[in-house]
Amino acid sequence: MRGPPDHKEQKHTDGDKMSDTTDTGPVLAADGTPLKRSLRRAIRAQKLRALALIAPLLIFVLVTFIAPIADMLFRSVENQIVSNTLPNTVAALDDWDGTGDDLPGQDTFEALYYDMFLAAESKRHTRLGSRLNYEESGISSMFRTSGRKVDDIGEDQIDALEDIDASWEDETFWFNMMSGADDAPKASGILADQRERLAKLNQSGFDGEVGFAPSQEIADLLPRTVRAYTAFALFTAIADEDVVAEEEPWEAVKVALVEDLHSGADLSGYDGAGAEELRAAQSGLADQPAIDYKQAFIDMNEDWGNLDNWKTIKMFAPPFTAGYFLNAVDLQKTPDGVQSRPENEQIYIMLFQRTLFMSLVIMGSCILLGYPVAYLLATLPARSANLLMILVLLPFWTSLLVRTSAWKVMLQQQGVINDTLVWLGLVNDAGRLVMINNQFGTIVAMTHILLPFMILPMYSVMSTIPQTYVRAARSLGATNWTSFWRVYFPQSVPGIGAGSILVFILSIGYYITPEIVGGTTGTFISNRIAYHISSSLNWGLAAALGSILLFAVLILYWAYDKIVGIDNVKLG
Amino acid sequence: MKLTTTLMASTALTVAAVSAHAQDMADSLTLVSWGGAYQESQMKAYVEPYIADNPGVSVTWDESSAEAVAKLRAMDEAGNLTWDLVDVTAADAMRLCDEGLAMEVDHDEILAPAPDGTSASDDFGDMIVSDCFIPQIAYSYTFGYRNDVAEWNGQVPTEICDVFDLETFPGKRSLEKRPHNNMEWALMCDGVARDEIYDALETEEGRNRALAKLDTIKDEVVWWSSGADTPQLLADKEVVFGSTYNGRLFSLIAEQNQPVEMMWDSQAYDIDGWIIPAGLEDDKLARVLDFLYFATDTQRLADQAKYISYGPARKSSAPLVGEHAELGIDMAPHMPTSPENSVNAFVMNFEWWADYRDDLDAKFQSWLAN
Amino acid sequence: MGNNDREPQLAQTANNDAFVAFERVQKSYDGETLVVKDLNLSMPKGEFLTMLGPSGSGKTTCLMMLAGFETATHGEIKLDGRQINNIPPHKRGIGMVFQNYALFPHMTVAENLSFPLEVRKIGKSDREGKVKRALDMVQMGDFGGRRPAQLSGGQQQRIALARALVFEPELVLMDEPLGALDKQLREHMQFEITNLAHELGITTVYVTHDQTEALTMSDRVAVFDDGRIQQLAPPDELYESPDNSFVAQFIGENNTLAGTVKEISDDICLVELDDGGLIDAKPVNVSQPGERTTISIRPERVEVDITKLGENAHTLDAEVLEFIYMGDVFRTRLRVAGRDDFIIKTRNSADQRRLKPGEKIKIGWLPRDCRALDAV
Repeated sequence: MRGPPDHKEQKHTDGDKMSDTTDTGPVLAADGTPLKRSLRRAIRAQKLRALALIAPLLIFVLVTFIAPIADMLFRSVENQIVSNTLPNTVAALDDWDGTGDDLPGQDTFEALYYDMFLAAESKRHTRLGSRLNYEESGISSMFRTSGRKVDDIGEDQIDALEDIDASWEDETFWFNMMSGADDAPKASGILADQRERLAKLNQSGFDGEVGFAPSQEIADLLPRTVRAYTAFALFTAIADEDVVAEEEPWEAVKVALVEDLHSGADLSGYDGAGAEELRAAQSGLADQPAIDYKQAFIDMNEDWGNLDNWKTIKMFAPPFTAGYFLNAVDLQKTPDGVQSRPENEQIYIMLFQRTLFMSLVIMGSCILLGYPVAYLLATLPARSANLLMILVLLPFWTSLLVRTSAWKVMLQQQGVINDTLVWLGLVNDAGRLVMINNQFGTIVAMTHILLPFMILPMYSVMSTIPQTYVRAARSLGATNWTSFWRVYFPQSVPGIGAGSILVFILSIGYYITPEIVGGTTGTFISNRIAYHISSSLNWGLAAALGSILLFAVLILYWAYDKIVGIDNVKLG
Repeated sequence: MKLTTTLMASTALTVAAVSAHAQDMADSLTLVSWGGAYQESQMKAYVEPYIADNPGVSVTWDESSAEAVAKLRAMDEAGNLTWDLVDVTAADAMRLCDEGLAMEVDHDEILAPAPDGTSASDDFGDMIVSDCFIPQIAYSYTFGYRNDVAEWNGQVPTEICDVFDLETFPGKRSLEKRPHNNMEWALMCDGVARDEIYDALETEEGRNRALAKLDTIKDEVVWWSSGADTPQLLADKEVVFGSTYNGRLFSLIAEQNQPVEMMWDSQAYDIDGWIIPAGLEDDKLARVLDFLYFATDTQRLADQAKYISYGPARKSSAPLVGEHAELGIDMAPHMPTSPENSVNAFVMNFEWWADYRDDLDAKFQSWLAN
Repeated sequence: MGNNDREPQLAQTANNDAFVAFERVQKSYDGETLVVKDLNLSMPKGEFLTMLGPSGSGKTTCLMMLAGFETATHGEIKLDGRQINNIPPHKRGIGMVFQNYALFPHMTVAENLSFPLEVRKIGKSDREGKVKRALDMVQMGDFGGRRPAQLSGGQQQRIALARALVFEPELVLMDEPLGALDKQLREHMQFEITNLAHELGITTVYVTHDQTEALTMSDRVAVFDDGRIQQLAPPDELYESPDNSFVAQFIGENNTLAGTVKEISDDICLVELDDGGLIDAKPVNVSQPGERTTISIRPERVEVDITKLGENAHTLDAEVLEFIYMGDVFRTRLRVAGRDDFIIKTRNSADQRRLKPGEKIKIGWLPRDCRALDAV
């Protein structure tokens, strides 16, 4: 006997024949345009319509999912705060090798003075302090106290200046001198530079009208003063929303003037506004001692004399850093290179391992408990299956917090389970089992909470496996067990795979339940992430930990695909 | 010269403030607090009376004080401030002030003087720990214990080191799952003088010493992270001894009649109060200032103590503290600030913790986990 | 394959002891209604028996009881003289082909075939030989390494057949195995299956609701309705001598007319139709005058040329309603005795007249072609 050619095969050969016609040249549509083009047009319209349909979701996912993840990845390496807050100091530190026993030179401290003054005005210095405190404790208070006292530096010189001529306390005098004549050429470059610097420092645009532009002549003559005054003018006009000409300049502007005059500005050719006063000041200040910035900072906070703090600042000056990631794997960046943290501060590797291990255990117990339930759901008659399904879904209708708290009541030493065991005489009153505030508690509570995520995919896969397969196997001579194990089970594996991935990924990122029932040994890495987000505010470290978690999940997913094959995952 | 400008500026401000007072005040207010009995006491003591006086005003509560610093920072980054007045701890207020997220205020200018004319800053005194901070209450971390523990043979704990005495006082204890206070208590009971505690904690030996002391009871400790945990654990007999906020223990003892007693020895003071987020709109700010002036006056703070056993932050409020609003108990003896309770109290060093929390926390957490 | 081939074999096996036997078998699922009512059936070895009936008639339940997937509520089922009621399916040694083939999707074709051998602990080399032979038998020798999903419906059908046969069972059950195939393929597979069954001498129970399939494939057909076997007979007998109205209606095309018996003798009776017309019929389910009856006549046995009938033959008046040209035959719808659905079929021979709608004619038939059955 000989089978007829199969129908599918026939169709296939028909198709081949039709495709032959394309070889004979461009085919035209009814209106004369090439067929390919009109096809493309038709398909494009279809694609656009499809795109419009998914657009809301796409935008939603981009805004709420992709963007935060990108932001998280960025934050985990971002470190611009140092160079944004202390740009001059960072530049000055380039010349300091940081390997010897010497502190940076006077010029670095002078740069630090101007940076710190501006940062303190903008209230940004403590943020930098907190940032650097993650790397070296004590820096936070160093910045905080210095910010409070930085305007005292150069007090004597300023007093001397103001004693020479009271005009140096007059805001209009300052404004006129810095602006020059109305028709004089202006140093707009300095204004733009300072605007950019303030914008970076304050993390905002700093756009807007200042009502001030320094004259080129005075800028050439007194560069420091003009820079400082311009920064003052920008800050006054934009952040404080005041009129520049009506505000007395900061101490930093006057210190800058003192420095400019000291460093021998040649005033002989200058005859603009304030020329007289400037010349008087230059000669009057000649016998004043130079400002000792280094000593002034060390007097404010002795930690400025600590070499380690300066090394830390230099080390974390680049705009990007691996510091958070190193921290997240129990390493630290030191002047001597990357080293592991002291043993009694190592916590993250252990937490990562624990999170993975416990998630696997939770996944395993979900499979063991969920499989029979899913099997029953798939095989029971509709009415009983519906009832069972409601029981499975019931936990979804209760708040997570309530469920977790219920487990607390169940598992605690004076709880329901222990009471029952004592009543049954299985344990004595003194030997009540410790089932909560440890790993056991977390595993039990999370298995319960995540069970539906295992059962539902398994059920939806199992419900597509017809009973006839098992019947066929049995009719072919297989026992109940063999027909289950060799025929039913392999077909339900995709459901197990889907449920496992779901449960594993959910549990790896869980944090409320471990927080409540986990005690100290049953908490996950996500509890530390939450701590750094909401409590310690070390968002960079939280982002690094989160990124590692994300990559761990991606790697596991990739491994699953390699070993089991992602095609073997079905949700129904 | 400088003086004149300052004067002029402040005059201008006052004029602006007064005119704002008269007309442009927002009629909604978003208050951030801690929820629970504490928020209830704020509601009863000053929000409800304020609304009664200003019928057009609506108040929304947000129970986010625990994450206030993180959320304010996020709001600042997003440029979208949705809170008007935030109740935070003193330490958080300092952090917010440092970061420029809270508004600096002149206490004498915006707050009512005491009835006898004492300026607000003198009336609040040391409680003003930061320029941004407007204190409300003094509370403390203290211990409660069950008074029905058979194994104790009739003895009761009287001092902080009894927490570490497992022989006389066997049973589980609950401690907060962070180093604050625990490290200090441990050093105190390991023989370190109180004024040397923070110096000791700056050194590796001091930290190890504190952890070693905690190690002696580690197996018997249940670690809590929410203020409601210890009262619950005590009521369930899960622990016999536990630290928490004194107000929680008061309600457990006085309102729920549980067989629990207070142990005031070495209670750790903390202060709670308002901060105004930086960058409020003018009309919002005007409303917030109007509310604050009312809500922090001597009578209002004294009224709050009718509902919860936290000490009013004004000295002038103390004599006005009366009886519990429902139970009719005299509240004064239940205040952490009452003379006999505060004998051996200590004040946590907020600034020190701001510098060293990261280091100590890493160490403490890995100690916990191992 | 014509009837001639089949008859000697039938005669031979009919005398043997029954290989498969149902004795007074009843089945109820709910304890209230019987799905199978008092079933008695015996099959000789080597027979190809088809259970035919509308859905819900109990035929599949019978098959499942035989396979062991359902238990009989009452009665005995015997296989080769042994009672098998309490033997689990995997120990019955019965091959089975399922409606949707039930090929294991996660195994290759060869693994599917090897499965029944593996569970019987047959050695590897033996297994390979048997699998290869079975595949060759269904012309699928090259497909061992494929997955079922890569095969067409017809190919899957063959694999399912090969799998049911590979462990050499003596009894094979088939539950509507061709239902999912298109017509052409189905006809071809009918032929293959019967051939194979007879070649290998296996006893086959085949369930279908398709009467053509039943008639062309089977040695005997059991027509099921309402939980009972209505008639158990070879196909020709079933068609030509239905025992009752249900069988007459169910098998092939059939005209029925209701009437009352007027006279009856041994092999002929006179029936007065409800409109007064008289006609002769062969008494089958009637015994005395006055009984209500339904007469049944096949469309191709109706004679329009009444001169071909005997002198005294009774005839009926008819009016042509519709004439359908079907190539080999003409199909004409008539109004007879008040009914509009009377069909006649006439061969498209050269001398055959094409009737026109509206035409008044007389029709009649030989009494032996018309059966007086139970009244419906």
